[in-house]
Amino acid sequence: MESSIKEKCPFKIDIGPVYSVDPAKRHAYAQSGNNVFVPVERELIFDIDISDYDDVRYCCSGADVCKDCWPLMTIAIKILDASLRDDFGFNHILWAYSGRRGVHCWVCDSRARKLNNEQRAAIADYFRVYKGGENTMKKVSLTGPVLHPFLARSYTDVLKCFFEDKLLLSQQLFASEERYRKILDLIPDENIASELHDRWQGNRRSSISKEDVNATRWEQLKTTLQSGKHKAQGLRRCVEEIVFSYTYPRLDMEVSKHMNHLLKAPFCIHPKTGRVCVPIDPNNCDDFDPTTVPTLSQLLGELNAAGLHSNSENDWERTSLEKPIRFFRTAFLQPMLKACKEELESAYNAKLQQSKNSLAW
Amino acid sequence: MEIVRSHRQIAAAAAGGGGGDGGGGAGGLPTYRVAPQLEVRLEEFELFAIDRLGVLKGIADGLSRGKRPEEMEKLVNELWKARMRHQDPAETLNKDIISHFVLRLVYCRTEELRKWFLSMETTLFRYRFRLESPESQRMLMSEFQLPYKALPHLEFEAVKDKLSQVARSIGQSATVESVFFKVPFEEVPDLVASRRVFLSKGYAYVAMSQVVSLVVTQFRCNISKALVLTNRKWMATIKEQEKDRLTPIVEALSNAYFGPDYSQPKDAVEISLKDIDQLARTSFPLCMRHMLEKLRENHHLKHGGRMQFGLFLKGAGLKLEYALSFWRAEFSQKVGSERFDKEYAYSIRHNYGKEGKRTDYTPYSCQKIISATPGVGDHHGCPYRHFGEENLRAALNKMGVSGHPLEEIMDKVKNRHYQLACTLTFEAAHGVSCDTGINHPNQYFSESQNILKTKNQAVQSQPTT
Repeated sequence: MESSIKEKCPFKIDIGPVYSVDPAKRHAYAQSGNNVFVPVERELIFDIDISDYDDVRYCCSGADVCKDCWPLMTIAIKILDASLRDDFGFNHILWAYSGRRGVHCWVCDSRARKLNNEQRAAIADYFRVYKGGENTMKKVSLTGPVLHPFLARSYTDVLKCFFEDKLLLSQQLFASEERYRKILDLIPDENIASELHDRWQGNRRSSISKEDVNATRWEQLKTTLQSGKHKAQGLRRCVEEIVFSYTYPRLDMEVSKHMNHLLKAPFCIHPKTGRVCVPIDPNNCDDFDPTTVPTLSQLLGELNAAGLHSNSENDWERTSLEKPIRFFRTAFLQPMLKACKEELESAYNAKLQQSKNSLAW
Repeated sequence: MEIVRSHRQIAAAAAGGGGGDGGGGAGGLPTYRVAPQLEVRLEEFELFAIDRLGVLKGIADGLSRGKRPEEMEKLVNELWKARMRHQDPAETLNKDIISHFVLRLVYCRTEELRKWFLSMETTLFRYRFRLESPESQRMLMSEFQLPYKALPHLEFEAVKDKLSQVARSIGQSATVESVFFKVPFEEVPDLVASRRVFLSKGYAYVAMSQVVSLVVTQFRCNISKALVLTNRKWMATIKEQEKDRLTPIVEALSNAYFGPDYSQPKDAVEISLKDIDQLARTSFPLCMRHMLEKLRENHHLKHGGRMQFGLFLKGAGLKLEYALSFWRAEFSQKVGSERFDKEYAYSIRHNYGKEGKRTDYTPYSCQKIISATPGVGDHHGCPYRHFGEENLRAALNKMGVSGHPLEEIMDKVKNRHYQLACTLTFEAAHGVSCDTGINHPNQYFSESQNILKTKNQAVQSQPTT
């Protein structure tokens, strides 16, 4: 494959499923009528784009990313990674930077590869909380007296403190009327919403510093919503709904649902930014900074500076890709290979046993 | 007596399968996968079906009264015991299977019949499944390819809190069910997608009630497909072949369900035009009151309303000539009498069976009215279902219903028991209880008229001083 890549010099590489027949020969089978050309195996994948959060980030929009909004991606990684391991029992999970404005997740366990479309859709729906669309104000609806353990855990372990300690301030969520209005729109009770609105409108430019405004107003909102007098049905989970609206991961459902969806391979170069799609360590994702990811030109420079060596196999060790590649190999690839080997061995042994049994006289 | 042999073959062919037993299942709960190779006497053909029909009707009644699952379970048990059970369990099984397949013939013939039959048979199966012993349930589960093992006690204790949390998150009570199954999540995608199960390390913890749902869903799916096949066979061969023997029985059985359909107003009760407004105030159900009001207001009603209200009036005793005058009087104020005669009179005559294929149309039952989909400009349908809360409250106030009875009605509406809500309205408006429940607007009308007549007689018979 290395020679093939060197020869064709692809722009980028997208990976899809393993098919039942060689894709190049699929037209030959088209006549037979039955669906002979079908996907057989494919990793379970997720794609999270920060542009899907444009309605809740004020620092950037579209393809731009900065240190204030990137943490939304970090949060997404933490929540999904934990759930994929704890709830679904998956182990071989690779997170990769998409090269520009998001992250990709590749779940490579054998069990994951064999999932059909319905099962993939079910997992995506399990993770889905934000239901966007033009016709509703409120896109997060958490009904029921308590949250499902998965959502509850996500809230208490990750989302609550991220929202209160980081996001409130970095996005200045209550600092202007336009911004706090958006939050008040999520409160189903008109009276409470206008009560808070009037209170804050009167309080506009006071001498307290900006930090206080956001934290203070959030506290006021929480107190009002959680106080005894407003025990209406819709208000039960309102605080959580607001936090979820602003922080909970927003997946691209279509990517995960279908086995035949193509996704950019890790370590490719993103055509628009020149950045390498490096793996991200979910256990250290807070430290990941998209602005310091190596670029193609940077790598060329590093290679040239290092000079040519006879053993060109390990050139990457002298570049900024050294750490990402080592991480990829030790944290993901080697355990994955070991697991595959074990599987093949046990399948082989099982077959052997079966044929032995059938030979028993 | 008919030759049993040939009948059996036809029954087997009709029900969409031959050979095998009826799927005796374990513990006598059949799954009706294949028609049995059984001998059936012609009287049994009809009698068994009627008995089973009684059970299904009883279930329909229980459902429309909004009975809770525990009550339904009890009801099903009683109905089954009363109508189907025999001393000899083999005989019971026989009757069970035969009656099911006979009713398939009866209820495969239209979409509405299929829907009703499917719904009732599925409900019957659901509660009979719940009443079976755990071993029997397990055997049925494996028959439906759901071979799950119940969670051992220690494991259950370890995750009990989480299971309780999940139950509460989907609006169930906190006391968790006692039987759970640990199932690979791949096998229950619907439950995973809607977060109705606790997941841990790739396993879903599925409650017994959810497993019941899985079983019932499969059962429903099988019967649904079978009904379509049965219909094809019926139309293709059986109906004609059996036109002197089974077909008349089958056709009579399906009519037996609908009970009084008010197509021929009994007691030759007639109502005259001048009475209509008065009668509306005293004896019309809310749906019809509303339509009369809108008709008077707008001098028009759209098609759905004309059908629902027009047929109701027919069932209440409005003769054709009066009906024509009535509608003309209103519509001509909007569209003129010429246009009325040209465009609307025909369909009124059609409703009375005087035009076209001369079908005398039956007034709509509550079930049909509730399942209507009124659109823009429509006033038909069931107010308890189709009105917003404020409108409904206002309408009920106008009927003189308020306070505690009104709240009870609104509560029923919230829980989607529309016919119960109407029954309560009836009771509040007339000051008497209605034990049978309302399931037809004409029933509401005639019962109301009966009560008022009785009251009048009571008043009249009092000695005057």
